[in-house]
Amino acid sequence: MSNLSVDTSKRRFLVTMTSAVGGVAALGVVTPFVMSMLPSARAKAAGAPIEVDLSKVEPGMQLAVEWRGKPVWVVNRTKEMLDLLSKHDAKLTDAASENTSQQPEYCKNPTRSIKPQYLIVVGICTHLGCSPSYRSEVAPADLGPDWVGGWFCPCHGSRFDLAARVFNGSPAPTNLVIPPHKYLSDTRVLIGDDQGAAA
Amino acid sequence: MQKLLNWVDERFPLTASYKAHLSEYYAPKNFNFWYFFGSLALLVLVIQIVTGIFLTMHYKPDGALAFASVEYIMRDVDYGWLIRYIHSTGASMFFVVVYLHMFRGIIYGSYRKPRELIWIFGVIIYLVLMGEAFMGYLLPWGQMSYWGAQVIINLFAAVPFIGNDLSEWIRGDYVIGDATLNRFFAFHVIALPLVLLGLVAAHLVALHEVGSNNPDGVEIKKLKGADGHPLDGIPFHPYYTVKDILGVVVFLMVFTSIVFFAPEMGGYFLEANNFIPADSLKTPEHIAPVWYFTPYYAILRAIPPIFGSQFPGVAAMGVAVLIFFALPWLDKSPVKSIRYRGPKFKIALTLFVISFIGLGILGILPSTPVYTLIARILSAVYFAFFLLMPWYTKNDSTKPVPERVTK
Repeated sequence: MSNLSVDTSKRRFLVTMTSAVGGVAALGVVTPFVMSMLPSARAKAAGAPIEVDLSKVEPGMQLAVEWRGKPVWVVNRTKEMLDLLSKHDAKLTDAASENTSQQPEYCKNPTRSIKPQYLIVVGICTHLGCSPSYRSEVAPADLGPDWVGGWFCPCHGSRFDLAARVFNGSPAPTNLVIPPHKYLSDTRVLIGDDQGAAA
Repeated sequence: MQKLLNWVDERFPLTASYKAHLSEYYAPKNFNFWYFFGSLALLVLVIQIVTGIFLTMHYKPDGALAFASVEYIMRDVDYGWLIRYIHSTGASMFFVVVYLHMFRGIIYGSYRKPRELIWIFGVIIYLVLMGEAFMGYLLPWGQMSYWGAQVIINLFAAVPFIGNDLSEWIRGDYVIGDATLNRFFAFHVIALPLVLLGLVAAHLVALHEVGSNNPDGVEIKKLKGADGHPLDGIPFHPYYTVKDILGVVVFLMVFTSIVFFAPEMGGYFLEANNFIPADSLKTPEHIAPVWYFTPYYAILRAIPPIFGSQFPGVAAMGVAVLIFFALPWLDKSPVKSIRYRGPKFKIALTLFVISFIGLGILGILPSTPVYTLIARILSAVYFAFFLLMPWYTKNDSTKPVPERVTK
């Protein structure tokens, strides 16, 4: 070793700078690994729109189809079901569909649909992502006398009416999501794409 | 033989390590029943790693093939059913053993100075174990795997601002799918086990540095004999290796009884809905997590949404687990062991055990208004045990601690 005195401040400066540059490099190396876990190009492309034939859905029945891996329900609502919709607005969290992120502009109406008869909705609870059960009957024993038909989430007990609007006191904070959709003809509907109708 | 040993010892501290950790590692002579669970946890870890390796030889981490490959293991692979049932029973028994091991730490004050780091490593092991169990549970790709993971990953979506991006990043897709299954497999079979092994090593190194606590909570290193060894210590080998072998035998009797006679444990170890393939369009009628997560799940459900956000419940659940880290600094008692503590601590601990078990039961049951109320009360008790600890431990009427360990 040399007997010259060590310049500790210079040494500390060099150690600090080397560590800082090394830290930046480490962050740079981590980035591709973190990014590799994002949805891949294939996962993004899988969101292609789907076509549904409405004539298959009997009155009062629910059809579940898959779009982007999620269940999408198509419900053929009867006249009686539609009449019930306006009678419990006070019990709903968002009766007028004011939350614009839950439906396209053209479904911001009391029935949350383009044609009142057909409700098209993403069947994923806005609470923690379970798929609620369709319970169209009025006042069944297990759901109580106030039940007017709708969806009940088995996971945490969220309740939705037949326009997929959430009842007050449910764990779910918002109404179910209406996906972008568009009628191709009277009985054919395209789900997942409205070809700019929302704009 | 001695020459070979000398040759090795000059290059690797074989004899020195054997002495330091086994034949001349002095442990307190008054260990009781509660001291079985540390070595049993190590045993279960080995069982899980060995059975896990053999399961990966037949399992396929693919959304289209996973469920069928598990059934293939159960039906067509020779002794596949046995290996899988050992692995699934091992998962639950791991938590049984770890919960009892943690309870031992709490009653005898094993987390107190100078063992804070042992406790902290232990809590991290517990956290990693929860991640390991959660990810492993997705792999059979049954209904409960799928919807359980859906709910848990959506918990992250409740984090304000970044939640949605975060949950998409975890899933690698907009819903749980093949990408999620594949990455959970990677974490379950390689990433987390590696972390776990490192943490277990750190846990043991820290333990052997300061020495074990004991049911009296006295430091045996304070009083040493003429030979320099603690007066109240006995070498780990052969005394405690033999004792632990007894524990292993009894444990394996229980373990194999479950494997052979009740591998599903009435739906608590393997849930009925998980024998139905994952279906992204239909949620089972009643979903509940596996029993070892239910206390935290009950806390999650007990907290109502605030300002239309689920985050408070999620945060409470997270804090309920993380609060264990603070235990060494919350406890202000002058004594360590429950043997010399006063009534306040004993009452608090009893209430805590009741709340933990009560929440565990409520987490399995569907939520009703009455159950939700009970869950809220028990959640308050759970947190009060920790948050009020500085007061009730400081003002407790403790008994004098002896110099030497008792029987």
